[in-house]
Amino acid sequence: MRIGVFVCHCGSNIAGTVDVERVAREALKLPGVVFSDTNKYTCSAPGQESVCSAIKENALDRVVIASCSPRMHEATFRKMIAEKTDLNPYMLEIANIREQCSWVHKDREQGTRKACDLVAMAVAKVSCDRELFTTNLPVERRALVIGGGIAGIQAALDIADAGFPVTLVERESSIGGKMVMLDKTFPTMDCSACICTPKMSEAAENPNIEIKSLTEVESVSGYIGSFDVTLREKAKYVDYDVCTGCGLCETKCPTKKIPSEFNQGLSTRTAIYKPFPQAVPSKPTIDAEHCKKLQSGKCGVCEKVCPTGAIRYDDVDRVTTQRYGAIVVASGYELIDWTGLYGEYGAGRYPDVITGLQFERIVNASGPTEGHILRPSDRTEPKTTVIVKCVGSRDPNKGVSYCSRACCMYAAKHAHQYLDKVPDGTCYVFYMDVRCAGKGYDEFYMRTLQDGAIYVRGRVSKIYPEGDGLVCMGEDTLSGEIVRVKADMVVLETAMVPSRGSDVLASKLNVQRGPEGFFTEAHPKLRPVETNTAGVYLAGVAQGPKDIPDTVAQAGAVASKVIGLFARGQIESNPMLSKVDVSRCSGCRACVDVCPYGALGLVQANLRENSRKVTRTVCQVNEGLCQGCGACSVACRSGALDLLGFSDEGIMQEVEMLCQ
Amino acid sequence: MSVTSDAVAAEARSRAEGAASPEGGAGSPWQPKILAFCCNWCTYAGADLAGLNRMNYPADIRLLRVPCSGRVNPQHVLRALQDGCDGVLVCGCHPGDCHYVSGNYYAKRRMMVFKRLLEYSGLRPGRFQVRWISGSEAGKFRDTVVSVTEQISQMGPMASDAPSLEALAGADALLEAARGAGDAR
Repeated sequence: MRIGVFVCHCGSNIAGTVDVERVAREALKLPGVVFSDTNKYTCSAPGQESVCSAIKENALDRVVIASCSPRMHEATFRKMIAEKTDLNPYMLEIANIREQCSWVHKDREQGTRKACDLVAMAVAKVSCDRELFTTNLPVERRALVIGGGIAGIQAALDIADAGFPVTLVERESSIGGKMVMLDKTFPTMDCSACICTPKMSEAAENPNIEIKSLTEVESVSGYIGSFDVTLREKAKYVDYDVCTGCGLCETKCPTKKIPSEFNQGLSTRTAIYKPFPQAVPSKPTIDAEHCKKLQSGKCGVCEKVCPTGAIRYDDVDRVTTQRYGAIVVASGYELIDWTGLYGEYGAGRYPDVITGLQFERIVNASGPTEGHILRPSDRTEPKTTVIVKCVGSRDPNKGVSYCSRACCMYAAKHAHQYLDKVPDGTCYVFYMDVRCAGKGYDEFYMRTLQDGAIYVRGRVSKIYPEGDGLVCMGEDTLSGEIVRVKADMVVLETAMVPSRGSDVLASKLNVQRGPEGFFTEAHPKLRPVETNTAGVYLAGVAQGPKDIPDTVAQAGAVASKVIGLFARGQIESNPMLSKVDVSRCSGCRACVDVCPYGALGLVQANLRENSRKVTRTVCQVNEGLCQGCGACSVACRSGALDLLGFSDEGIMQEVEMLCQ
Repeated sequence: MSVTSDAVAAEARSRAEGAASPEGGAGSPWQPKILAFCCNWCTYAGADLAGLNRMNYPADIRLLRVPCSGRVNPQHVLRALQDGCDGVLVCGCHPGDCHYVSGNYYAKRRMMVFKRLLEYSGLRPGRFQVRWISGSEAGKFRDTVVSVTEQISQMGPMASDAPSLEALAGADALLEAARGAGDAR
């Protein structure tokens, strides 16, 4: 073993408190060390040159550099060794004698002694280092986007525009998500459908995008660059290759009384239906639960009227598996089910207590009331409307503890829209706080106040019917008075919660969720769209409540990450992974249960033991999934698992060296 | 900014020297040897940040970098205490913040079981400690080192701590018996 030790002065950063010459001299006494030297700035070009020539001239096979933190320059020195010497770049250890020694200790003697110890520990560890090799794993240049809301559409468009194929999966029968249900968007009051539907049709027409509606992710296996994803496309009962989307079937379907999901139950639809006129794909599906033909076999009207013969009553679910290099999670949100939480608001018994999303449909020109503000119970124009904010939000006793972020603004928007369409109306807004941080947001709120909206600071404690109206009772916490407002309609701005099935999706993708149930990003500030599972990215409200501009920005950020991955075409694997010694493995599964990445599995292996062939169950490490945490190597009862780069022996030798 | 903690550090040092001087006499004063297993993503980064902020703390601690606190084997801890360290610290990310999802939970359970086992059999409480320090908590890192150094200094050298030595002598068998404890999901 020929170890070389290089001690860096780092100008006076290290040499000021540590006697680097003495550290270098002491290092020569350590077992295996044949060369030591000091350098003014080891990381500089001449410094690197002198290390490399010393490695060559002294035929060094292991290197210790005593300098700054390995978090600073380990990668620099590894690259240097790989490119300029014949040595394996993993035969290197760094002794951190700057951040954790010279900068924190003032006493030169103490600092020097500690530096000597740190160098000795690094020498002990480098003695156990083994050559490690990175491999280049190929990346399948095809992306899967889960969720067809604005986040998913935008991410899919950006990735597809860069020339890579994308599969956009949506579990409903049309893409568009929640945005397409909205009437206008704050603060510019752009028509939401007018800016969302062009994106939808752009996605439909993009040759690189395959839209799979009524489709859910069945299972996911693999790792970054090569995820094998199984998708279940539910039976549509309509052959989309034949259907022209003429809509005749919808007009003739006898089952007409099904509450429309798109209109939030405020209108009805038929059993064969397209959720809304601009739906993408622009073709109908049969709702099997309500279809007479599929339930009882008696009907078949749509098949008779269809001019192209596209109806398929015998259609079945289609399960397909495809390989993807990256997965974008844009699964969006639901609104909290307030009816189960707010008995004091009538728990859904009063038809004129509606949600913000129902109000969006009412105020929309293509909605159930054709844009006239009419309350659901008697279709009259409400002269007094109460808007209640934070229904479920910021209230851990009732709903969720977090702020849903967009409600302050859409409450202001609703007040503005109501006062615009009902000029003689009165609008009260009950609020806890007004949070309008965003470009042009506070100005919009101020405008709503000028419109005449009456903001009352306090929560509504009770809503009860009186005559043909509703009384909202609450406290104005600014004046301390109890407020009773006789309202004709009440709009509840309810909290955003993770979309249903997020828990199942998270476990399929091995992605974490926070306590509130939204998917967790890899770093809240510096890696906001990545997850801790490499190759899985987050866009939109799936990651946490946000408004449309933030969602679109995040979708673009995700696309750039995916495009960057695809442009490289391959990923360099981290070689510091778990390694199993099958001869010692008993197949006990302890490691399988411990691994947070599902990187360990059991396989039947043919082994030669005591000069006999045996087949037994042993553990196997999936190198694409393993992240190198080492939890399994501690869990392993027989010592069969070890972590390369941080081996048991290496750590033990460090400990031993310090103890000497 | 670090005046008070410097004072504490100086005090810890003088106490350590004082503890050693009656027996040590003319030779160099006894100084504790403390090994800290530190997660690369949190405490090790916190220690780097303490350096960047030029915080001052006693020089008796040696950090051993591991990828995750879940990588630390109780055997490593035991060997350190048996072979000459006066104290051992295992540091990881705060619960819920593990870089590797759940490694610190494994560390917590393994180390707590092991610590209680050692202390039950006679190891002086404080010789082996487990702390959670994030990459941004340079101050917490410094304060932890100061307080741990002070505690270990007060206990004096492991070599003259008979109950602890006795506990460590029999600990290999205990460790064997407790292997895998705390790993159940």
